[in-house]
Amino acid sequence: MSAETATVPEVKKSEPLFSKKNKKLVSNPLDIDNPITVQVLGICSALAVTTQMKPAFIMALSLTVVTASSNVVISLMRNSIPPRIRIIVQLAVVSLWVTLVSMLLQAYVYDVAKQLSVFIGLIITNCIVMGRLEAFAMGNKPWPSFLDGIGNGLGYGLILMIIAFFRELLGGGSIFGYKVFAELGIPYQGNGLMLLPAGACVIVGIIIWVQRSINGYREH
Amino acid sequence: MKFLRNTLDKVKHDFEKGGKYEKYYYAFEALETFAFVPNTTASTKGVQIRDGVDLKRLMMTVIIAMVPCLIFGIFNVGHQHFLALGQEASMMDKFWVGALQVMPIVIVSYGVGLGIEFIFATIRRHPVNEGYLVTGMLIPLVMPPDIPLWQVAVATIFAVIIGKEAFGGTGMNVVNIALTARAFLYFAYPTQISGEVWAYIPEGAQTVAGYSGATPLAIASQSSTDGTSVVAALDSFGASWAGEGFFSLGNLFFGAMPGSIGETSTLMCLIGAFILWATGTGSWKIIVSVFAGAWAMGLLLNALAVNPFMEMPAHYHLVIGGLAFGAVFMATDPVTATQTETGKWVYGFLIGLFTVLIRVFNPAYPEGIMLAILLMNIFAPLIDYFVVSANKTRRLKRATV
Repeated sequence: MSAETATVPEVKKSEPLFSKKNKKLVSNPLDIDNPITVQVLGICSALAVTTQMKPAFIMALSLTVVTASSNVVISLMRNSIPPRIRIIVQLAVVSLWVTLVSMLLQAYVYDVAKQLSVFIGLIITNCIVMGRLEAFAMGNKPWPSFLDGIGNGLGYGLILMIIAFFRELLGGGSIFGYKVFAELGIPYQGNGLMLLPAGACVIVGIIIWVQRSINGYREH
Repeated sequence: MKFLRNTLDKVKHDFEKGGKYEKYYYAFEALETFAFVPNTTASTKGVQIRDGVDLKRLMMTVIIAMVPCLIFGIFNVGHQHFLALGQEASMMDKFWVGALQVMPIVIVSYGVGLGIEFIFATIRRHPVNEGYLVTGMLIPLVMPPDIPLWQVAVATIFAVIIGKEAFGGTGMNVVNIALTARAFLYFAYPTQISGEVWAYIPEGAQTVAGYSGATPLAIASQSSTDGTSVVAALDSFGASWAGEGFFSLGNLFFGAMPGSIGETSTLMCLIGAFILWATGTGSWKIIVSVFAGAWAMGLLLNALAVNPFMEMPAHYHLVIGGLAFGAVFMATDPVTATQTETGKWVYGFLIGLFTVLIRVFNPAYPEGIMLAILLMNIFAPLIDYFVVSANKTRRLKRATV
C-alpha cells in the first residue's frame, strides 16, 4: 500500500572471474596459508610418497584434481545437504573422485600407481580434502570453491615436490630418476637417512624454518 | 703475545659499534677472548662473585673427565691395529698409530662444529657459547676409528644445526647433540658404522689368520642364534690371534677390545665418572641408576632365559658395548636429562632398561645405549612433569585452607 515498502531489489554486481579475492584463493595456500607447513595437514602422505619425485608429482596432481572437483560438487550441493549427515555425504563424493583418479592412474601409469599403492586410496581420508570441504566448499559458491581446491592442491604439491627433490637427490643422487651425480662424474654415496620417513620429517622442519624466517609468520 | 695483543688492539675499533666490520663483532670477540682474558671486571657496587663456575669451566671439567677415555682410546686403536695385523709393537708405536687415526677426527669435529657456532653467533648477534667444547670431544669418542672424515663433518653439521641451532642454541637442545651426530651416521651411512669396522685396518693390509673384528655384543647376538653359551663363546674368542682371555670379564672391564674410539674401557669411564662426581659436574644419581637399570633388566632376562643371550650373566651387560660411556658422559648431559632429583632416578633406570632390551631383542641394533638415551631425552620433560605434579598433589593434601 505504501510506497515506502517497495524497495528496489539490490542488483549485485557480478564478480569478475579472477578478482583480487579469487586470486588470493589460489596464492594464499602456496605460502602464508600452506596446508602442510602452516596448517600442518596431510603430513602422513608427505612423508610416505616423497622418496622419489615422480610418484610425488603424480600424488600431488591426484590430490589437486580430487580436492578441486569434490569442492565443486559439494559446493553445488551445499544447500541441500542435511547438516547432520554432511560428513558422510562429503566422504561419498570424495571417494567417487578418488576411485576415478585411481582407475585412471592404473590405466595409464600402472607402475607409479603400484608404487603409490594405498596412498591414492587414502586421499579419501586426507585431512586437506576434508578440511577444504568443511571449511570452504560448504559455505561458498562453486567457482571460488574450485579455485580454493586448486590452490590447496598446488600448495600441497609444491611442498611435496621440494621434499621429494631433496630426498631423491641426497638419498639416491638422482632427479626424476636421472642420475645427476653419476652423469657429472662425481662419486656420491647415497644418504640412507633421507630414504627413511625421518629424513622427510627433518626436511619438512627445515622448509618450515626457512619459510617462517622469510615471511615472518608466527603461531598465534 | 705482545705482538698479538697489539694487532688485536689495532683492528678492534673496526669491529666495535660504528666500525667497518660491526657485523662480525662477536666472531672477533670470541677469537680475542680465546687468546686473552677479557678485560671486563665487576663494578665496585653490587654483587661480587669470587668463584663463579661458569659455562666455560663446567665444560672444561667434563673435557678433563674425558681425557682418560681419549688417551686410552688412542692407545687402544693402535693396539687393535697391531693385533689385527699380527705384529708386535711397542707402546709408543701403538700410541703413534692411534693418534694418527684419532687426531684428524677430533680436529674435523672441532673445526666444523666451532665454524658453525661462529656463523650462527654472527647471524644471531650473541657471544659465541662454549657449548660445543664438550660435544666436539664426544663426537670423535663415539666414532669407529676409520670413519671417513667427510662423514664426521657432515654428521657434525647435521647435529649442530638440526639438533641445536634449530632449537635456539646452547642449552636449548632437546636431544643429546653428540648422539644425534652418531644416530645420523648410523641411519645415513650404515656400512661405515656397523658390522666389523671397529678396528683400524689399512686398505690392502693382510690380517692375521683367523682374525675377526667382531665385538662382544656381536658375539653374544651370534651365539644366541647358534644356541651356544655366550660366556663360553666370549672366553674362547680370539684365542688363536689375540691370546687367551681376549674377551674375559677382566679385559672387557679394562677395555682393550675393538669398539668406538673412546667407549671400550669401562675402567676409564669410571675414572671419568669419579671426576664428574667429585667436582659436582655430573649427576651421580643418573650414572648409578643407568647401571642399576641395565643390571635389573639383565637379571630379569636371566630369570626368563629363553635364549643364550638372555642367559648371559647380568653383570656382562655392564662392561660390554658403550653402556658405561653413555651412562657417564651422555646420559648426564644436564640440558637433556631430567631436572628433578626423583626424575633422575627414573630417567637413568629407564635408559639402562631400554639399552638391554634393545641389545637382546633387536638383532638390527647390536648396541642399544644410543637409541635408549635419545628416546629418554624425549621423555625427560614428561618425567619431570609427573614428578612436579605429584609433588604438588602431595603438598595440596597437606594444605588445610
